[in-house]
Amino acid sequence: MNHQVVADFSNDTWWIWVIKAVAIIVFLLLNVLIAIWAERRILGRMQIRPGPNVHGPLGLFQSLADAMKLLLKEDMTVKAADKFVYVLAPLITVFASLLVFAVIPFGPEVSMFGVVTPLQLTDTPVAVLYVLAVTSFGVYGIMLGGWASGSTYPLLGSVRGTAQVISYELAMGLSLVSVFVVSGSMSTSAIVAAQAPFWWCLALLPAFLVYVVSMVGETNRLPFDLPEAEGELVAGHMTEYSSMKFAWFFLAEYINMFNVSAVATTLFLGGWRAPWPISAIGDGMFNEGWWPFLWFFLKMWSLMFFFFWVRGTLLRFRYDQFMNIGWKILIPTALVWLVAVIGVQSVRQFAEVDLRQMLIWIGIPLAVLLLALVFWPEKKKPEPVAAGPVVFDPMADGFPVPPLPGQQLPPAPRRRTVSAGSVVAGATAGPETKETGDE
Amino acid sequence: MTNPYVPILVLMGAAALLALGGIGASAVIGPKVYSRAKLEAYECGIQPTPHAIGHGRFNIKYYLVAMTFIVFDIEVVFLYPWAVAFSDLAVFGVVAMLGFLALITVPYLYEWRRGALNWD
Repeated sequence: MNHQVVADFSNDTWWIWVIKAVAIIVFLLLNVLIAIWAERRILGRMQIRPGPNVHGPLGLFQSLADAMKLLLKEDMTVKAADKFVYVLAPLITVFASLLVFAVIPFGPEVSMFGVVTPLQLTDTPVAVLYVLAVTSFGVYGIMLGGWASGSTYPLLGSVRGTAQVISYELAMGLSLVSVFVVSGSMSTSAIVAAQAPFWWCLALLPAFLVYVVSMVGETNRLPFDLPEAEGELVAGHMTEYSSMKFAWFFLAEYINMFNVSAVATTLFLGGWRAPWPISAIGDGMFNEGWWPFLWFFLKMWSLMFFFFWVRGTLLRFRYDQFMNIGWKILIPTALVWLVAVIGVQSVRQFAEVDLRQMLIWIGIPLAVLLLALVFWPEKKKPEPVAAGPVVFDPMADGFPVPPLPGQQLPPAPRRRTVSAGSVVAGATAGPETKETGDE
Repeated sequence: MTNPYVPILVLMGAAALLALGGIGASAVIGPKVYSRAKLEAYECGIQPTPHAIGHGRFNIKYYLVAMTFIVFDIEVVFLYPWAVAFSDLAVFGVVAMLGFLALITVPYLYEWRRGALNWD
């Protein structure tokens, strides 16, 4: 197998690098502007309301207007803040988020201003490790931002966010190992090349699922947006930020969504390769030239739509539930799956066995085991024995208290019994329950 | 073949330029209106209970998460080079790595049983 980079960058000159680097940043900024608009429109549709539709055609200029407004707002530093770190935090966050796309392949070799070069800024034999390193670096922004604000909610939001991101990074890192084992490389272009027969999201489905869940946790998006749970922590680590400093945090959140989507596309969804029926047309003509950019773009955006869809569908998790999913479901699943991949791959490469038969004999019990592990019912503690009916005393504390659900007022001593003839239609319940109704 | 890390430096330069430029621009363009209340820590409008930098309090569980993270992150980082050299190292590498995974799983299960992964 090939450990080295597949794409050939030997024609690149310094001005090609500059063009590509600037193109990546412009691409990301434009995509974020569209993503904010798209998210609000799509959420609007899901919640049966129009969403932004005033500024520009279909409200397209809404996010541009918001960005301009943020730029024109007062740039202030709260009194209690550690000035230097306070300014540094948003810079780190946005800086780290912009770097991931350096190794993401947008397409194969194209002719760009007379130079034949891959549609990718650069690639190294450890490109995916670089991606993970850069995303981890972005955590410093969250942590330092909350710490340097000198305020209670940002601090709580930042420790939460940090714990969350590092927990889910583990599951994410473990799920990627199986991709490296089957591809035999950590270079993004080599991984895309290895997916020419079929995509890893089919062959390594459990790893892909673990990755998809952990990528939502990693980017602090709903249903895992606990660092900025509005009802509890105002806005988490960015509470004390204003103007462009806030805008950088906001921008970085969306760019990070694109980052994890692009990494998922590259590692699991075949990268820039055309989906199956299209890839067969015309001897692979849609896998050459500028066409692959379109496939990459569509795959990345379908994952982005998944983000919006999840946000429109699911409620926010509780923090303990969230940490349980990460540590007790995702990491064990990723570990078990990794061992399974190691087993299959070693038999495939180092032993002379019929692979298909072996896969069936190992895969089915393993899938059953995995499903059983995931859906294993938690051991229930025996329910506390229900005490006898407690008599509700409305005057226990010296003043009258209305009954809670399940409690019943004692019958009023001086109340006249209702004669059968005077019962109003519909009010068939006894006088007690009638009195305890929703008053 | 040129060094593949040089283009990353170019991108880093562009990213740093954008990040600094944005904050610089807003610092220059934005209005400056002094207000004492505005510079207080925000706590939903009530009188803030500020704490000095580094004196904020939070749950000790976060430290536990951080320590567990380091153990597992190092495990993951050890897995990567082996995964790339999977076919070169052959059976020896597989056996060694499975042993390593088993060794890491023991403290993981221990931690799980002791309730360190429970968040209360």
